[in-house]
Amino acid sequence: MTPANRNKQVKLLPKCPTGIEGLDEITGGGLPKGRPTLVAGAAGCGKTLFAMEFLINGITQYDEPGVFVAFEESAEELTQNVASLGFDLKALMKQKKLIIDYVRVERSEIEETGEYDLDGLFIRLGHAIDTIGAKRVVLDTLEVLFSALPNHGILRAELGRLFRWLKDRGVSAVVTAERGEGTMTRFGLEEYVADCVILLDHRVTEQMSTRRLRIVKYRGTLHGTNEYPFLITKEGISVLPITSLGLEHKAPAGRISTGIKELDDMLGNKGYYRGSTILISGTAGTGKSSLSAAFVDAACRRGEHCLYFAFEESTDQILRNMRSINIDLAPHVKKGLLHFHVARPTLYGLEMHLVTMYDLIKQYKPDIVVLDPITDFFAVGSKAEVKAALTRIIDYLKMNQITGLFTSYTTEDEGVDQTVVGVSSLIDTWLNLRNLENNGERHRGLFVLKSRGMPHSRQIRSFELTDAGIQIGAMDVAGRRTESSVS
Amino acid sequence: MEKAKSPVRSQRTKKNWELRLYVAGQTPKSLTAFANLKKICEEHLAGQYHIEVIDLLKQPQLARGDQILAIPTLVRKLPSPIKKIIGDLSNTERVLVGLDVREQK
Repeated sequence: MTPANRNKQVKLLPKCPTGIEGLDEITGGGLPKGRPTLVAGAAGCGKTLFAMEFLINGITQYDEPGVFVAFEESAEELTQNVASLGFDLKALMKQKKLIIDYVRVERSEIEETGEYDLDGLFIRLGHAIDTIGAKRVVLDTLEVLFSALPNHGILRAELGRLFRWLKDRGVSAVVTAERGEGTMTRFGLEEYVADCVILLDHRVTEQMSTRRLRIVKYRGTLHGTNEYPFLITKEGISVLPITSLGLEHKAPAGRISTGIKELDDMLGNKGYYRGSTILISGTAGTGKSSLSAAFVDAACRRGEHCLYFAFEESTDQILRNMRSINIDLAPHVKKGLLHFHVARPTLYGLEMHLVTMYDLIKQYKPDIVVLDPITDFFAVGSKAEVKAALTRIIDYLKMNQITGLFTSYTTEDEGVDQTVVGVSSLIDTWLNLRNLENNGERHRGLFVLKSRGMPHSRQIRSFELTDAGIQIGAMDVAGRRTESSVS
Repeated sequence: MEKAKSPVRSQRTKKNWELRLYVAGQTPKSLTAFANLKKICEEHLAGQYHIEVIDLLKQPQLARGDQILAIPTLVRKLPSPIKKIIGDLSNTERVLVGLDVREQK
């Protein structure tokens, strides 16, 4: 077979979009169309919710009616459970777009008296599909049949028949199952569902609970085999893929002011690159937040929108502190140009922080995003996890050409904090603030550790916070400011 | 003898058996089940039973209402409580136990 022939014979597997945030990206378009997908996980992992979202999004976003065959919960229970996520199942049922068929099997009711098959199930499902012209089906969870029907021989034969039947009908199905001990599912449902298998996991490490999703198998599609963290938010499931795996950001060429003329001068006389990522590190109290505030102030004066994520101080504290150095951010807040979002990093897990940030960025569409400081995230996750999370947020900002400014604590004045070194490769411009001792006096110094794509000053300039504003000058050998400048 | 489909007051005096056999078309299993059922009823419930055969191929919507999963399924609607038996009813003993047929003599 020549390469040309081979290409002609390869048919791309058509996909069925789930509408679940992030999942369609990871799968390259969704689940296999017209085929069954197995979703396995321990109790409470989110399988039923996954299946329900698949169905509901199918109806509301892709105009594909669906049938939910429930073996464990009644229609009323399901309706109640998802109502808090904004899913109105009653309305969808009224519109004849959704049918929930609760199949109740009671072991005590079942007396086997001879040969039988499960035609009853087929007829019910077929009737439901035909009634509304369903294109999507959920079976949650077939495993109940194993406990209820003693004759597993008949059951397994019928399950094989069921999956062939589903394929013949051309419906895209999601089948849920519980994880087995050492096996993928308790009763081996993976034998029947060979096209796509997704595992959901929910673990608690160091008191932080994280949910993860992994595509174990997806026939005919290149898929990431990684675990992707996901959240169950108030709108449903949200999977967090690493965006722009191919580093395809455009690099904007515009420059924006740092808010302080002298600092702009230190950065090739023009300031930061728009859409770049800036890190300001320094020991406690050196003025990192002040530099952030100056930057934000200048941006808001230009009419740009800023989103300020504060992880240590309250909004009022920040506003008050900045007023004392003559930077008044309150009017920008009033005008809606500056939004603060305050949260302690230990409040919830990294994934939740990420999703919160994504949501707010989507909502406010800022030009500038500040994270002040990022250091405390290392208390919430391991170095690798924090780096992964920062990579994602930086990618997200760059994809949307948003300028990102991060502040970070270092614990020593000499040298650079090791915790930050891990993420420094993601940073375009890195400013460092440090305390310097000279002739029995302590001064603050600011210098540019690196700034990609531009010539920058190598001097350590004096840095002072006065009630007239931030003052940056040139340091002389004696460590005293020789030029005076007011911003 | 009433062939009523709703609970009947005369139940107090006479055991009135309302039996429903769910089938899916005239398959061998369904025919066997019906034949077995008639035999058992004649032997143990003579004169006190009524059999209704429901073909789900003709009335698929009834499968949901009575929670029918397996075919054939025999449902004892009366006397209450409802009892369900699945299979072609070849195992007479199991059928009698399942229907809770006792000392009918």
